[in-house]
Amino acid sequence: MALSAQRLWAIARKEAIQLRRDLRSLGMAFVVPAFMIVFFGYVISFDVKDIRIAVFDQDRTQRSRELVQAFSASGRFQVAERLERYGDIEPMLDAGAVRLALVIPPGFQRDLGTGRTATVQAAVDGADANTASIALNYAQAIVSAYSAGVLLRATPRASPVVAQARVWYNETLSSSNMIVPGLVAMIMMIISAMLTALTVAREWERGTMEQLAATPVHPTEVIIGKLLPYLAIGLIDVSVAVFIGMFVFGVPFRGNPLLLVGMATLFLFGTLGLGVFISATIKSQLLATQIAMMATYLPSLLLSGLMFDVASMPWVLRIISNAVPAKYFIVVLRGLFLKGVGFSVLWVQGVAMVIFAFVGVSLAIRAFRKEIA
Amino acid sequence: MTTEGQADGRMGGWADGDPRPAISLRALTRKFKDLTAVDGISFDVQPGELFGLVGPDGAGKTTTLRMLSGVLRPTSGDALVGGTSVVRDPEGVKHRIAYMSQRFGLYTDLTVRENIDFYADLYRVPAAERPARLERLYHFSALGPFENRLAGKLSGGMKQKLSLCCALIHRPEILLLDEPTFGVDPISRRDLWLILHEMVAEGVTVLVTMAYMDEAERCDHVGLINRGRIIALDRPAALQKNLGGHMLAVRPSNGRQALDLLRAAPGVRRAALFGDTIHVTIESRERDWPGLEAGLRNAGVDLLDVHEIEPGLEDVFIQQVAAADAAEAAV
Repeated sequence: MALSAQRLWAIARKEAIQLRRDLRSLGMAFVVPAFMIVFFGYVISFDVKDIRIAVFDQDRTQRSRELVQAFSASGRFQVAERLERYGDIEPMLDAGAVRLALVIPPGFQRDLGTGRTATVQAAVDGADANTASIALNYAQAIVSAYSAGVLLRATPRASPVVAQARVWYNETLSSSNMIVPGLVAMIMMIISAMLTALTVAREWERGTMEQLAATPVHPTEVIIGKLLPYLAIGLIDVSVAVFIGMFVFGVPFRGNPLLLVGMATLFLFGTLGLGVFISATIKSQLLATQIAMMATYLPSLLLSGLMFDVASMPWVLRIISNAVPAKYFIVVLRGLFLKGVGFSVLWVQGVAMVIFAFVGVSLAIRAFRKEIA
Repeated sequence: MTTEGQADGRMGGWADGDPRPAISLRALTRKFKDLTAVDGISFDVQPGELFGLVGPDGAGKTTTLRMLSGVLRPTSGDALVGGTSVVRDPEGVKHRIAYMSQRFGLYTDLTVRENIDFYADLYRVPAAERPARLERLYHFSALGPFENRLAGKLSGGMKQKLSLCCALIHRPEILLLDEPTFGVDPISRRDLWLILHEMVAEGVTVLVTMAYMDEAERCDHVGLINRGRIIALDRPAALQKNLGGHMLAVRPSNGRQALDLLRAAPGVRRAALFGDTIHVTIESRERDWPGLEAGLRNAGVDLLDVHEIEPGLEDVFIQQVAAADAAEAAV
């Protein structure tokens, strides 16, 4: 049976009218993604700023004050307390008033002056291991930068080897630069699958499917027709998310916008198809949204490389992660946002997107039955 | 895109004057697990005929109609709809027919006009023909003034008329309607029948199901279906005639007691209670009635009214169901 553009368009128009009159779906289509990207963008941050620290300066010299000054000038730490006794450290850490305590021993300046190794102690609250290790890294960096400076001043002839590290693509090592592009992928995946998870199930629940099934409409026309309005919504959402990333979080966008549109279209066909597939298989709106949520949220969050490095996972998870579409789209987004790379680099992901789009839509069409019971 | 030759909706199938039936069921059967919803039914519907499939809830009417519409696969048997097999080519059937499901199957969040346009698009009705068809449908259904109202905001009767409009927009050669007048007020009910008769007059074949006999008189042929089987099939008048014997409407003082007495009495073919009146079927009034009347009076039952009546289709139906059940019990 030949496909008809007229029928396909009729389905798309009908679906668009229904969407326009359904406030709940509209909210989910436009408000939720923007909200999610702002919300997640702020919440999921690996940047550690303004860590409250306590300082127990037993030396009270110019050098020791310089070191403390180096900490507060870094922007990472905020000197919240100055302690008089060693025993005050523990209650401060216990109460969570500070995350790290810096102890400068007596004779700090003297040791530095005589060229001996001066030791400072940092006691850190390890309850949140992630923040603790980041705070320690910062502290060590500040201390070694300070000691290098002291060393240079002390022995100007000996020039120590200094590694000049330069971070590419994400120069400020800002975590929003890393997270926001990935978030776009995850949110698109969740929202688009959940939106379409309703479409076919709704027709079954409302009894409109029986009538539709008795017409000569082809399953492909129904599925593609149903996808089109959501594809438009998805592309609008991607654009909004990219703008929020650029203007709210200051993430640069260095790539070709058209390449993004192309890749996003393929990705959306895949996730929307997946949603319709679930919807057509389950036939219940509630169950279909729940399954769509599970099928998209967890893999995109855990196995996509958004937050956790896939390369360091057990091999089983690494293999499974290859089937997570968001993983490829995240590479695309990071590449386009941060690196400004083009198709010559992203073609692998492009192939993955094409496969995903094809599989998603085929599954949806195959699952759609023009039959009752 | 495609040339399906579907524009007029009257193409394909049999040529005019061809004696072959518009719909032909051949041992059509559908089972759901243990339940046989439709049990090998066979009958023909002639082109241009208004055929009523009548039976109680759960008799298999909806299942039959769904199979004829190509949306439900038969377990065995087959049906030719417009000459096309519902087993081999269910999609081919769908071009020929319009199916109206029992439950309102249109989009409540679309307006009257949007629903009609949607179905016109699905059947690829040529744009040039639409205004005329739409005007005609609005004329029939009086839905014109409500063109921009959401379908969900229509009354029950108007919803059914809208369903019919959507079914008719592509001018089907065969119309399959599942209890179209169910839950519809008498005025809308009359309107719906007027539309159906108009369609039949134009040569459309109509197969309509109903749970009550009161509308069966409007049909050219009636098939009585019970427990998935056709138990009687004829013209309404012939069905009434075949009932045989004489029917008396008896209004006794004590309905329940009188019914039991009459059912147990010899010479009574059948007795059924309709409100406070019993319809008694007997071989001969002169020969059988005096004895029955005496028996009732002796048992203390007063007869407030007795008169002879023409058996209605309701009587036919109840009798046929009882006979079919008795035959089944005897096997």
